[in-house]
Amino acid sequence: MDKFTTLRGIAAPLAMVNVDTDRIIPKQFLKTIKRTGLGKALFHEMRYDATGKERPEFVLNREPYRKARILIAGENFGCGSSREHAPWSLLDFGIRCVIAPSFADIFFNNCFKNGILPIVQPKALVDKLLDDAGCGANANITVDLEKQEITGPDGGRVHFDIDPFRKHCLMNGLDDIGLTLQKEAKITAFETRQRSEQPWLYR
Amino acid sequence: MAKPRTLFDKIWDSHLVDEQPDGTCIVYVDRHLTHEVTTPQAFEGLRDAHRKVRRLDATLAVADHNVPTTDRRGGIKEEGSRIQIETLTENCREFGVELFDMNDVRQGIVHVIGPEQGFTLPGATLVCGDSHTATHGAFGCYAMGIGTSDVEHVLATQTLMMKRPKNFRINVEGALPIGVTAKDLVLAIIGKIGTAGGTGHVIEYTGQAIRYLSVEGRMTVCNMSIEAGARAGLIAPDDKTFAYLEGKPKAPKGALWEQAVAYWRTLPSDAGAVYDKDVTIKASDIAPQVTWGNSPEDVLPITGCVPAPADFADEGKRQSVERALVYMGLTAGTPLTQVKIDRVFIGSCTNGRIEDLRAAATIAKGRKVAAHVSAMVVPGSGLVKVQAEEEGLDKVFLAAGFEWREPGCSMCLGMNPDQLTAGERCASTSNRNFEGRQGPGGRTHLMSPAMAAAAAIAGTLADVRDYQR
Repeated sequence: MDKFTTLRGIAAPLAMVNVDTDRIIPKQFLKTIKRTGLGKALFHEMRYDATGKERPEFVLNREPYRKARILIAGENFGCGSSREHAPWSLLDFGIRCVIAPSFADIFFNNCFKNGILPIVQPKALVDKLLDDAGCGANANITVDLEKQEITGPDGGRVHFDIDPFRKHCLMNGLDDIGLTLQKEAKITAFETRQRSEQPWLYR
Repeated sequence: MAKPRTLFDKIWDSHLVDEQPDGTCIVYVDRHLTHEVTTPQAFEGLRDAHRKVRRLDATLAVADHNVPTTDRRGGIKEEGSRIQIETLTENCREFGVELFDMNDVRQGIVHVIGPEQGFTLPGATLVCGDSHTATHGAFGCYAMGIGTSDVEHVLATQTLMMKRPKNFRINVEGALPIGVTAKDLVLAIIGKIGTAGGTGHVIEYTGQAIRYLSVEGRMTVCNMSIEAGARAGLIAPDDKTFAYLEGKPKAPKGALWEQAVAYWRTLPSDAGAVYDKDVTIKASDIAPQVTWGNSPEDVLPITGCVPAPADFADEGKRQSVERALVYMGLTAGTPLTQVKIDRVFIGSCTNGRIEDLRAAATIAKGRKVAAHVSAMVVPGSGLVKVQAEEEGLDKVFLAAGFEWREPGCSMCLGMNPDQLTAGERCASTSNRNFEGRQGPGGRTHLMSPAMAAAAAIAGTLADVRDYQR
């Protein structure tokens, strides 16, 4: 997993509530057995018409948002299916940070596993960022994870909260499995105790 | 005296392997269900890191999302689906995971077969790379959907790293009226609390209406907890739960069974246990439900009319309603019972169990599917299909003009050829009415199996109470 420290880039506005993971990447792209190459499929139904042609009105089909690194969205972003293909497609497109008033739990968790930073901000601040992002080429936003600070195009800074452990993992590109396996002795001790107390859970 | 605990608190506490001062926990996973769509990358990760599956006895695989529901003897024609299922087979062979392949009579939707096999147990933790894992909460099992990275984490460590979710109680007082089912109840709950109402919480469903539900009905309620944004749904185990599980192939037997049941009886929430959030719903207020928009919270009693954007206070919601009405091809003010349908889908992990098929067959019996409607019934598993055929339900459906298919996820998400075409409108017993969910441009209305059968007969959305005998 790539480390996340400071990200500076174009922010794309997507002012919709309840953007579900089917909308982020529809079912026909879930047949892959790889994690890569899904950027083309991101927001497929909104991005392309039935013939596969780009819809010019969709934000990611317009300059400068084709190179967006940050996405600003509405409430409950990433609801629905647990498909990790959703963060994989964002990442493959180039988006490493999503800012919204709220996220669905599974999507939020999946982001951290892939080096994507989801930031929760109050609705009024997200609305301001949506306005800022609408300014096109001037919509450069900087996200500094260490300082937990978002700098808008006008130089205005706002603080964001993040779980310290998740911050540490993102900043160092740490793999959860490796971390958990450092506690393997505890897992084994748990299993020994559980096997004697609840033997029916072992077959 | 010990602090009173909720059902969730008890399961959580008994599965805690490690807790850091910042609240990051390692939680033990007792049961892991896997399928072809969300595991290829997880097995690849294990292989690359030279890791093994930690507990083969706690892991079960099944092919469900991509399988065709027509004759399977010729294999799978569509290349992507075929490769994904072949990859699952190959991975299970390499790592030693037990697999129900698509020609095994025990094959079916992962959330139907877990309980059916007694793989799902009360007081346990269960995960699967699928958001509808919430289904298993009906047994008092803490069950949640996870992404592929976490699937790999569980395969390698038999644990998950997470923070403790909060407790949310939804108490459903009184009894459900005639014609109102578990599906109507959960749709009404989602309509009330919204699709983000349960975010960060585990919902425990309590109250008389929940106790009265069959185990199948409880699975329907818990299944759609994710549509309310919850991490999981839970219902306290009781004698119905134990009767359902006793004798199931993978459930404990003999003295172990007795020991397990004695423990499971200690699981229900203690009197005085504290919930972070509490909602009470009167069962008698609920009518048969149907969705009209592209979010499961866009739901109304079948006696209602298509709403207008102006009916909603929130600006963001108004915009999404505007978009939904265009996508759904609906005009505000139209009575829901006047909305004409093209397709009917009865099945899915929400409503593909034997009780669901019986409810639909009761309405279909002796009637005919409207001439312009194409309707299909997809059993949730091979064993559900066998049982339905023993009860003659297949004949009822076929005589009424429904198709009778092989088990799988089918048109709930259309990863196989079972899809809507653009503009087609479907009365569906599945769980999501998102844009394009059942096929690009397809229009989904969610409802109960009996309501879907009534819609098939009427050719429009219909009130099942007009069809009950």
